[in-house]
Amino acid sequence: MSARVTFPNKILPYALILPQLVIVGIFFYWPASQALYQSVLREDPFGLRTTFVGLANFRHVLTQPSYINSLQTTAVFSIAVAFIAMSVALLLAVMADKVIKGKGFYRTMMIWPYAVAPAIAGMVWLFMFNPTMGTFAYMLRSAGYAWDPLLKGDQAMILIIAAAAWKQISYNFLFFVAGLQAIPKTLIEAAAIDGAGETKRFWTIVFPLLAPTTFFLLVINTTYAFFDTFGIIHAVTGGGPGKATETLVYKVYHDGFVNLILGDSAAQSVILMVMVIALTAIQFRYVEKKVHYG
Amino acid sequence: MATVELKDVRKVYGGKVEAVKGVSIDIPDGQMCVLVGPSGCGKSTLLRMIAGLEEITDGTVSIGGQVVNTFGPAERDIAMVFQNYALYPHMKVYDNMAYGLRNRGTPKDEIDRRVREAAGILGLEDFLERKPRELSGGQRQRVAMGRAIVRKPKAFLFDEPLSNLDAKLRGQMRIEIKSLQRSLGVTSVYVTHDQVEAMTLADTLVVMNSGVAEQIDTPLAIYEKPASVFVAGFIGSPAMNLLAGEIAENGRGVKLVGGAYLKPRDTVLPEVGRSVLLGVRPEHLTLVSDANNADFQLKVTTVETLGADTLAHGHPVDGDPKSSELIVRLSGDVQVRHGDVLPLAIDAGKAHMFDAGTGKRI
Ligand SMILES: Nc1ncnc2c1ncn2[C@@H]1O[C@H](COP(=O)(O)OP(=O)(O)OP(=O)(O)O)[C@@H](O)[C@H]1O
Ligand SMILES: [Mg+2]
Repeated sequence: MSARVTFPNKILPYALILPQLVIVGIFFYWPASQALYQSVLREDPFGLRTTFVGLANFRHVLTQPSYINSLQTTAVFSIAVAFIAMSVALLLAVMADKVIKGKGFYRTMMIWPYAVAPAIAGMVWLFMFNPTMGTFAYMLRSAGYAWDPLLKGDQAMILIIAAAAWKQISYNFLFFVAGLQAIPKTLIEAAAIDGAGETKRFWTIVFPLLAPTTFFLLVINTTYAFFDTFGIIHAVTGGGPGKATETLVYKVYHDGFVNLILGDSAAQSVILMVMVIALTAIQFRYVEKKVHYG
Repeated sequence: MATVELKDVRKVYGGKVEAVKGVSIDIPDGQMCVLVGPSGCGKSTLLRMIAGLEEITDGTVSIGGQVVNTFGPAERDIAMVFQNYALYPHMKVYDNMAYGLRNRGTPKDEIDRRVREAAGILGLEDFLERKPRELSGGQRQRVAMGRAIVRKPKAFLFDEPLSNLDAKLRGQMRIEIKSLQRSLGVTSVYVTHDQVEAMTLADTLVVMNSGVAEQIDTPLAIYEKPASVFVAGFIGSPAMNLLAGEIAENGRGVKLVGGAYLKPRDTVLPEVGRSVLLGVRPEHLTLVSDANNADFQLKVTTVETLGADTLAHGHPVDGDPKSSELIVRLSGDVQVRHGDVLPLAIDAGKAHMFDAGTGKRI
């Protein structure tokens, strides 16, 4: 392995990581500590007085039926988004690997959706499936399907899952393409000589060797589905109809900035933070064990 | 077990690069054919066409008397050992060897029997539960061999299987491969650019040069009667001395470009005035006791002491130092130094004559 670079200067290394530390400090630790601080306070309705309430906010939040509902919504949403975004991307990457003519063009086109802002992506999907004027909504209805995501919770859910997954496919695609290219061609050839057909080769050779990429994307996609889909939900459903698409992040926003229940909202974001940390830790601890790195 | 026949096999990559330009080889059942040649001459391409990994542009490949051009690699029933071994890194040694059998629906106990048998032959019994990355280079090489032999295929194909090993291990594995191939009696095609491997392993040796099979024969026949200047220069180490000149009058032999005359004994000379390349292997020049028995005098410029042998570089005393440079292989106990003049004789019947224009043997 390459030798470790050492600096004779004592201050230089710290100076070099300082910008990173500052950024992380200002944009993560400070807000996080604020949330933590807020989560043990309660503000009166007029915002005149704040009192220390200990864990009361947490108790309150965790006993709310709407919070439990939101937890379930988030679970369904996140699993669906991560699964769909990853499997579609993998399928596309495997197909892109076979394209010989126009490979670059095809890949570029595949990557573009990533450049679309989440809210815009949401709007596009909203338009396409808008019950009154959307092209796809029209097609669905003329096919005899009662499509109305503004009234039907499960349909609203499908819509935001589709939009959120679509948005993430490009990113996953990029990593899968790179991952596929890193698999030595001779392994595939050896497997072909060993009598494995195309599908068999994929599941017994390619997929296991892609595991590091898949694992990395699993972590990224889960976090994405938890946090970065806010824009899409906000633009498409606003958490509705009812509370059918209110994910945890959306609820944090809604309770805190719309309903102005700051203590509850802060407690929720602390819980959310703990959950994502726990999730990532679990992924690293248990899933990564099954991952074979080169 | 089967014969392998190539008939006018050609490969053109992307309509432009002609990597293999019509090669025909017949490999009898159970024999080992070695393809040797410099880098980029099309050895791997040819092998991959036999394996079914590369489409055949023209000509036919037959295995066991059946034309297999349109068959996929699996249907051809061959096994291949790759240069980088191509072991499945996520599978244990056992599963690496069993993979091909499982894909072909071999019963479980039969798989187990064959894998253990192969592991026994190759001394891999203790490593069956390990992953490839936990093995040494030589052990990986054995696993790759094991994967090939468990299947009992019609033919083995090797693409420089030993080039990632150190010299000592390479020598050892070479012998193992040879004896394994002999005892299993499986027809084999072996690609290498190492001429020691080529000479020792081959029943039939094919010397390739830019997509053409320059000569196909037994290793010894190729060593003794190289068909062209290319083959002469490629087979043998150090390489054969090749001196440009023309046939001199009055039976004085060959007049070298530098002005010196060389007269090889027991060699039929072509017509006077013809431009030739005279080839003599370093080991076919003998140090003689006095100048009267010598064919020429060599002025030594460099000496390489190898222990068993000593290589003396130099040129004929009356010749040009550049154009008539020669190497002589002397016994290791001969003391030679820079600047010495050695009386040398060309061994009877060991000189080779090539046409200067075509490079073909005369
Ligand atoms: N996929 C390809 N597309 C175009 N040209 C190729 C391709 N593969 C090989 N070639 C060319 O074909 C020629 C023969 O290649 P090949 O790999 O058979 O050489 P080789 O004899 O095996 O050499 P080496 O000893 O270096 O492995 C080379 O000139 C190479 O550049
Ligand atoms: Mg090669």
